[in-house]
Amino acid sequence: MKRLINLTPAPAMKWLLGLLPFAVLLLLYVVTSDARLAENAADKLLPSFGSMQEAMTRMAFEPSKRSGDYLFWTDTASSLRRLGAGVAIAAVLGLIIGIATGALPMLSAVFSPLLTVTSLIPCLALLPVLFIVLGLGELSKVVLIAIGITPFIARDIQRRTREIPVEQLIKAQTLGANSAQIICRVLLPQLMPKLINAVRLSLGAGWLFLIAAEAIASTDGLGYRIFLVRRYLSMDVILPYVAWITLLAFVFDYLLRRISKRLYPWELAE
Amino acid sequence: MITAHNLWKHYGDHTVLERINVTVDEGEFITLVGASGCGKTTFLKLLLGVESISRGSLTLSGEPIASEPGPDRGIVFQQYSVFPHMSVLENVVAAIGFRQPGLTGFLFGQPKKDAEELSLSLISKVGLQAAAHKYPHELSGGMRQRLAIAQALMAKPKILLLDEPFGALDPGIRADMHTLVLDLWRENNLTVFMVTHDLKEGFHLGTRLWVFDKPRIDPHAPEAYGATITYDLSTSRNTDVAFSETSP
Ligand SMILES: Nc1ncnc2c1ncn2[C@@H]1O[C@H](COP(=O)(O)OP(=O)(O)O)[C@@H](O)[C@H]1O
Ligand SMILES: [Mg+2]
Repeated sequence: MKRLINLTPAPAMKWLLGLLPFAVLLLLYVVTSDARLAENAADKLLPSFGSMQEAMTRMAFEPSKRSGDYLFWTDTASSLRRLGAGVAIAAVLGLIIGIATGALPMLSAVFSPLLTVTSLIPCLALLPVLFIVLGLGELSKVVLIAIGITPFIARDIQRRTREIPVEQLIKAQTLGANSAQIICRVLLPQLMPKLINAVRLSLGAGWLFLIAAEAIASTDGLGYRIFLVRRYLSMDVILPYVAWITLLAFVFDYLLRRISKRLYPWELAE
Repeated sequence: MITAHNLWKHYGDHTVLERINVTVDEGEFITLVGASGCGKTTFLKLLLGVESISRGSLTLSGEPIASEPGPDRGIVFQQYSVFPHMSVLENVVAAIGFRQPGLTGFLFGQPKKDAEELSLSLISKVGLQAAAHKYPHELSGGMRQRLAIAQALMAKPKILLLDEPFGALDPGIRADMHTLVLDLWRENNLTVFMVTHDLKEGFHLGTRLWVFDKPRIDPHAPEAYGATITYDLSTSRNTDVAFSETSP
């Protein structure tokens, strides 16, 4: 018998083992849900998959009686627009701030303490301020996401910039490069995969800020819908929405990873 | 060409180099040997302008050495010398682009074509023509060092600094690298400073070999005294064998 630390599953086995907990949880849900429904057919807490499907068909494929929209899709589009705008702004700002403070000691001296402090502000506490200053429209939600994750991305990029071996910077200088050329040609390309990675890691926080902002002040969006139907205990809508958000998060993470691998084949090869 | 006069280098209380007095003429090939941690890399850093001297003077053609690296002094490190995100060709072309003013050093149109042609001929000279479109991580250690040398030479430096460039290579590959370096040294009229931990390599390549060592040691404070050039030897390739001990 090998030691436990040396026992590794075969590839196919690994897949099966990975799926096992999901299957167990699903089974557990079905069994408890059935038990509760058998006791009380009107139970809302653990709806059957049938009623979830019914609810989602209504949300996704029948126009809403009030607005005529297909709510599931308009919710998804609104949320993704806000999340996309917020994360894109944060990525650009974070990259610029991170490279500038990572590569230029003078700028670092000015901005690093500020960056450290801002990254410690609990952003959700700023939400009322944003609503007061920017109103309840789209802008305040996008800004919340942006200021929520910019400091994280900026600090990560700053650290990554400083991790680039000093030998490369010296080498570039001995080839006659000026500061702008070193930033554009040596640092920036090597930081792009790091930026994608930082964005991947910050998407979770991005969703959190999005849903919080939508829950408090919005007229559509995935977060808005979940908090709206909570009043009617509509678990048959909430659970599929949560599953959908999880799926979206998974897909974005997967896509970003693939893009990074495709565009930057030299990354992680060292 | 290069003159050190009573040169000292401290890091805080730690004296690394002391009382270094040497003059180097254009075209010399100097090999530096000495125990690990005795300050050979530090000496190259002073020549590069990455570190500044603490006392004395270090001049290049009569002027104090610039306090930051420049294209007149090329460098090849033991590792991390090439840009990992550029192919072999891009690495060498970048050396041409970086000599142009501008924000990015990217070349376009005819200048780009000319630069690629020039780079490819140098790449062939160092024996990498088959790997011109590969990334550094796809190359062996020896190929990477050939690339680093080609890239450094593209900037047309007068002085080439090599810090244990072959330290991580197999002995068989090293012999090829020695031939390459000697060829390039002669063709390009370079002044070379090369750190090596292999005394035989030092004698074989250099026209002059420096031994760095601590002439004074305080057993209670090993960092109180620094290393200096204790032996300054002309090697056999230089007319006849001269043996002189520099006065510290
Ligand atoms: N930036 C630094 N700060 C403090 N001490 C340093 C620094 N760089 C090198 N040293 C010290 O200087 C000594 C010589 O280092 P180095 O020149 O790298 O030796 P080597 O001859 O092996 O190349 C070492 O003891 C090292 O600890
Ligand atoms: Mg060294």
